[in-house]
Amino acid sequence: MELVAVFPEPPPSDLARTLDLAGYRWKAVSSAEDAARNEPPTGWAGAIIACDADPDGAWALCRALRKRDAPVSPLMVLVSGGQLADLQLRDELFDDFCLTPFHPVEVEARLRHLFFRGGTEARPEIVEYSGLALNLETYQASIEGHPLDLTYMEYELLKFLAQNPGKVFTREILLSRVWGYEYYGGARTVDVHIRRLRAKLGEEHANLIQTVRSVGYRFGQSRWGN
Amino acid sequence: MLDQQRDYVLRTVEERGVRLIRLWFTDVLGNLKSFAISPAELENALEDGMTFDGSAIDGFSRVQEADVLAMPDPNTFEVLPWGDPKSVEARVFCDIHNLDGSPFEGDPRQVLRRNLRAAHEQGFTFYVAPDIEFFYFAPPEKGQAPTPLDEGGFFDLTTTDIAGTLRKETIRTLETMSIPVEYSFHEDAPSQHEIDLRHTDALTMADSVMTFRLVVKEVAAKQGVHATFMPKPLEGVQGSGMHMHFSMFAGEDNAFYSDDDPYNLSPTAKQFMAGLLRHAAEITAITNQTVNSYKRLVPGFEAPVHISWARNNRSGLIRVPIPKRGNPSATRIEYRSPDPACNPYLAFSVILAAGLKGISEGYELASEAAANLFELDDAALAALSIETLPQSLSDSLKVMEQSTLVREALGEHIFEWFLRNKRSEWRAYKTHVSQFEFDRYLRAL
Repeated sequence: MELVAVFPEPPPSDLARTLDLAGYRWKAVSSAEDAARNEPPTGWAGAIIACDADPDGAWALCRALRKRDAPVSPLMVLVSGGQLADLQLRDELFDDFCLTPFHPVEVEARLRHLFFRGGTEARPEIVEYSGLALNLETYQASIEGHPLDLTYMEYELLKFLAQNPGKVFTREILLSRVWGYEYYGGARTVDVHIRRLRAKLGEEHANLIQTVRSVGYRFGQSRWGN
Repeated sequence: MLDQQRDYVLRTVEERGVRLIRLWFTDVLGNLKSFAISPAELENALEDGMTFDGSAIDGFSRVQEADVLAMPDPNTFEVLPWGDPKSVEARVFCDIHNLDGSPFEGDPRQVLRRNLRAAHEQGFTFYVAPDIEFFYFAPPEKGQAPTPLDEGGFFDLTTTDIAGTLRKETIRTLETMSIPVEYSFHEDAPSQHEIDLRHTDALTMADSVMTFRLVVKEVAAKQGVHATFMPKPLEGVQGSGMHMHFSMFAGEDNAFYSDDDPYNLSPTAKQFMAGLLRHAAEITAITNQTVNSYKRLVPGFEAPVHISWARNNRSGLIRVPIPKRGNPSATRIEYRSPDPACNPYLAFSVILAAGLKGISEGYELASEAAANLFELDDAALAALSIETLPQSLSDSLKVMEQSTLVREALGEHIFEWFLRNKRSEWRAYKTHVSQFEFDRYLRAL
């Protein structure tokens, strides 16, 4: 089996021991750049990322490993009980998670199952909502069959919203989930992009993205109607 | 993330059948420059940049090392909404680098990036919203004064508001290019129009201003109309300004807002204003860079002349608009001297540098000049210790030349080149004998 990337560097000693005993070949990486530098020619076989010590660094690494042409999979994150909320809306960044302190047998069992599945994707390639269609494979968006010309960040924001219709998001959540931590633009950036998206959706469809007063934004109808 | 952005651009080019990608950048004087590449070259360009001979570009060249590298910024990739739908074109803004990968000192976009980084290091994001004025004229003929559209004669159908149609089409095009418009209206002067853009971060806004000027001209040209951003095209009516609204955010919060101030201005806002006022004369050559700019900055046409600030008094250089109630994020200041012929990257850079200087040095803001300054005589102005902006390009250059602040904000390369170029513009102007002189002196003397 090819190398599995493990974060942080050095990894917690109980994690290192578990992986060694289970027979995984692994290499510790300290950052996204480090992971890119040390990536084997055939790519990482998977990744195990412990989030407790440096959550920002950990999620930035997850993002780097997943948001690329060939996303690294399977990817397992280890989180403490207090970090469970961080998993929300990051579903695309990991395949499975395990609570720390972990039981070595559980981690081993979950990894075995993940590697057995071998990264089979069940995610739909087309997101559709009331005339809007997003093709996640080709990055193309259209409204009533007409193509929408979007910038990359507009597309990413629309995709995120359309994948979670009816939910209300604060600007902070949108900023951290769509732009990621490395972005230094402030939450106003979100308003700017929402305004641009509405203009591009056109008058008829601009209300697909609703402003929820003093909270944030919602895509489509709320689940309880308006 | 960069990987995926590149991927997004490449896939979009493929899916939308883009035939040509225009690489855009800006010269020191603020002219949009462009060269085109085919989709086949794009992947390479995104990865390694495109080498070109910088000596052809105003303010770029040092002859011995002329080659520079244009690195597309994939975040600015847009399909162009005009042109033949069967042969779609797209544009992407570029940062210019030296061949060793370091930022090229002659590139205004890199200069703005450097100044914005300084703000970031202090925890600030700099937001800008410009109000851009311009004129529509009949296509100009050499040596002739411009003909406004709405003075009749140019269009047969006087009932049709051609300018209104142009403006609507312009706004539609701007919105499809990710440039949201706040307001638009017909201005006071004949054939003059104003379009106000919604605030965004300064780098995006500088790109947007470049796009804006092109869109306004393109849309007008399609109807055989000439749009111009010349600061004072018509004598005796008001000129075209580019008032700029500024605010700085620290994360979620507007750093210019304060609860316990009668004007809702924070100490940060006041220091920023103090910096801008103290260095206003030094940065005027950048915000008002043509000989013609100074024909706008005269009393009586709603353009600022005096270095002062006020809440509601439009004769001041800085105005503090009263934001809608209960909206701290709308607290901002409006800087009223710049004109739309400036280089937005450099203008935002020197304004930001002046404001940050005020903050870092803790400058004290002078009191508000509530009176209409145009009604005061020189003695009264002197009593208030209110100075005037430089009165000509030559005066501006003299003040700028002495300015460490501007030298540092622009960097040595652009600072020196700009002074050289503009001095020669002034020399050329000085030798010109104008109609004014014929009318006044030819018979009388």
